[in-house]
Amino acid sequence: MLETLKLRIYQGQQFIKDIPNAQMREQFRGFPTIVDAQVDVGICPTGAISNNPLSIDMGKCTFCGACARKCSSIKFSNYYKLASTDRNKLIITPNMTGEEYNKVAFEVRKEIKKVFGKSLKLRQVSAGGCNGCEMELNACSNVNFDMGRFGIDFVASPRHADGIVITGPISENMAHALEDCYKSTPAPKIVVLCGACAISGGVFQNSTKLNRAFLEKYPIDLYIPGCPVHPLTFINAILDFISA
Amino acid sequence: MNWLITENKKRVNISEIPVLNFPNLREEIIKINKRVIGFFGKQEEENVRLFVVMADDIEGKLYISSSVFAKEEKEYESITQEIPAFHVFEREFYEEFGIEPKNHPWLKPMRNHKNDYKFFEMEGDEVHQVAVGPIHAGVIEPGHFRFMCHGEKIYDLEIQLGWQHRGVEELMISSPSNQLAESICGDSVIAYNLAYSNAMEALGDCEISNKAQLIRLIALEMERSAIHIGDLGAIAGDIAYLMGASIFGATRTLVINTMLEISGSRFGRGLITTGGVNFDIDKQLSEKIVSVLNKVATDVERTIKTMLKSPTVSSRLEKTGVVSEEQAKSLGLVGMAAKASGINLDSRFDFPDKWYQDVENRTIKAEGDVYSRTRLRYKEIKQSFHIIKKLLSKLETYNDEPMNVYVSSSKPDSFVISITEGWRGEVVHIALTDSQGNLSRYKIKDPSFNNWFALAMAVRNNGISDFPLCNKSFNLSYCGNDL
Ligand code: SF4
Ligand code: SF4
Repeated sequence: MLETLKLRIYQGQQFIKDIPNAQMREQFRGFPTIVDAQVDVGICPTGAISNNPLSIDMGKCTFCGACARKCSSIKFSNYYKLASTDRNKLIITPNMTGEEYNKVAFEVRKEIKKVFGKSLKLRQVSAGGCNGCEMELNACSNVNFDMGRFGIDFVASPRHADGIVITGPISENMAHALEDCYKSTPAPKIVVLCGACAISGGVFQNSTKLNRAFLEKYPIDLYIPGCPVHPLTFINAILDFISA
Repeated sequence: MNWLITENKKRVNISEIPVLNFPNLREEIIKINKRVIGFFGKQEEENVRLFVVMADDIEGKLYISSSVFAKEEKEYESITQEIPAFHVFEREFYEEFGIEPKNHPWLKPMRNHKNDYKFFEMEGDEVHQVAVGPIHAGVIEPGHFRFMCHGEKIYDLEIQLGWQHRGVEELMISSPSNQLAESICGDSVIAYNLAYSNAMEALGDCEISNKAQLIRLIALEMERSAIHIGDLGAIAGDIAYLMGASIFGATRTLVINTMLEISGSRFGRGLITTGGVNFDIDKQLSEKIVSVLNKVATDVERTIKTMLKSPTVSSRLEKTGVVSEEQAKSLGLVGMAAKASGINLDSRFDFPDKWYQDVENRTIKAEGDVYSRTRLRYKEIKQSFHIIKKLLSKLETYNDEPMNVYVSSSKPDSFVISITEGWRGEVVHIALTDSQGNLSRYKIKDPSFNNWFALAMAVRNNGISDFPLCNKSFNLSYCGNDL
């Protein structure tokens, strides 16, 4: 017992105090900053790059960094607040900074703040997710990130949830279960797409084994880019969303 | 010649691979008594060619042979009857090509879901079924578990997977990339990308720099230790030893954040590319890695020792979820699951890689229970740290070497087996090219493919409340299995 207590004291406090302003390591590949140029779009494995003007679709991007190695007009900053309520805003055009993007990325919806501002319980559905996004979502609740302090938690049953968080490109085999889960969640409810796979199919977008009809049928409230989504990206996305 | 004998990461010509008639091949498979790591079909016009790859883990050799099924040949005598380890390979081959293994003990679907599939059922007044999934309580991948219980006791567990199927093997042919390889199984980013890159380099007859090889293996061992630390936390969490869960969680963060400093991603995405690596480890970073690992090693050791000393912990872990050595051998378990049951299988040492030659590989006392799987992780964390430090010290010698070399396009009509020891066990990629040098078949075998059945065996006669703990102690992959 004494050993246990000593160990506990030795570990001290580990949580990141200020999540919205947490320092990110400089090596992290986050928000892309672009200067206009012509780029060979073939270097991107997910078709995230377009020319005229040069743009990167963060909904498709895996943040692999291949384009930045080939072309000096693309750089990845360590800015990690990448989410938006609007799919089209994820397409980043030249001369935009992460901070500027974040200012306009969230549409203000008063009812969201009113209903979910103090407590948001989420049911996660992995629908073909590779376990990368899933591991990062689990990390959101560890002692470092401690998402629960904001009243945001993952719950076991959709009946207890205010919304669902989808990871993965939505495999055909999971399409039915996903819809069931959504229907079992009481209204009002939100849908969050987490990671390149969920938003666009990512590296799996050309697979014949997907069924993404769910996304046409139901409204999507929040898009969180990444591959996988970093815990700071996720938690800040939710915080921005419920306080916008 | 009934077999072509080759090695890991070595290109051979498909034309050299013997073609036997199936009864002969079956007899040969039974006779040579090696371990199956590949049993898959390839469409060749109207015919299906079945390739078989068997591993000789003692000699470090791989045996390849094949057989051709003409269009009208739709069945064969199952090998599972003689060698149970084939059960899952034959199910997969049947599902993909419709060629039926006759007298297979349980020919159920692998990944294609048919609604009319009937689960194994027990009858009796007191028997009840518990169905879990595909969506589970936690933030994890989907799979379905069907328990036959008597009160709290599990008599039988049947596992139905396939929910994650994304058609990865087809995508590997239509649009292969390092990014796709990294996303097949996202908790084994390095192992998968390494297996893929090694295969592509072998197909192009290319040798990468020593520097790149070292950096790749450093990353592989970091991945292994990070996941193992996380798993120790998950096991602690499942027995409500929350301090363990918290500390291991935070300690794992230190390792993956160091991975981020190397590669820009906490899981090492973007680090490995065909031809080498995209990021260097300079002297300063190397020193940083060593100092982080030293701290992590201290924390892990202190925590695991305190944890395992506690009787409330050992009473939950010991003799829970036992898989005997005999079961493990007959089911063909690999990697951690095999090692924890006393079978010393580890492709890092069995298929010698020059960088692992001088690493000592001591075995642990293994009982096949949750406790052994926990201890094994601790041992492997220490071993990985030892290896990383060794590799880092060698890195300086190759300072002037390039990170990347040019890989010429794949040679035509070739066959390569690429095995990498990921943290769960052997990740096997087998790549074939056509007469143009394009990939024509890409076969992937995750260790979980062999090991899922071990979980079903482990929980028999255990309380159903111990299921999550047993499950965590294996921590098998859904997407690696479902592809
Ligand atoms: S970083 Fe994004 S945009 Fe650039 S190549 Fe990779 S996936 Fe494409
Ligand atoms: S976005 Fe990336 S990390 Fe997330 S599920 Fe898809 S491949 Fe995995």
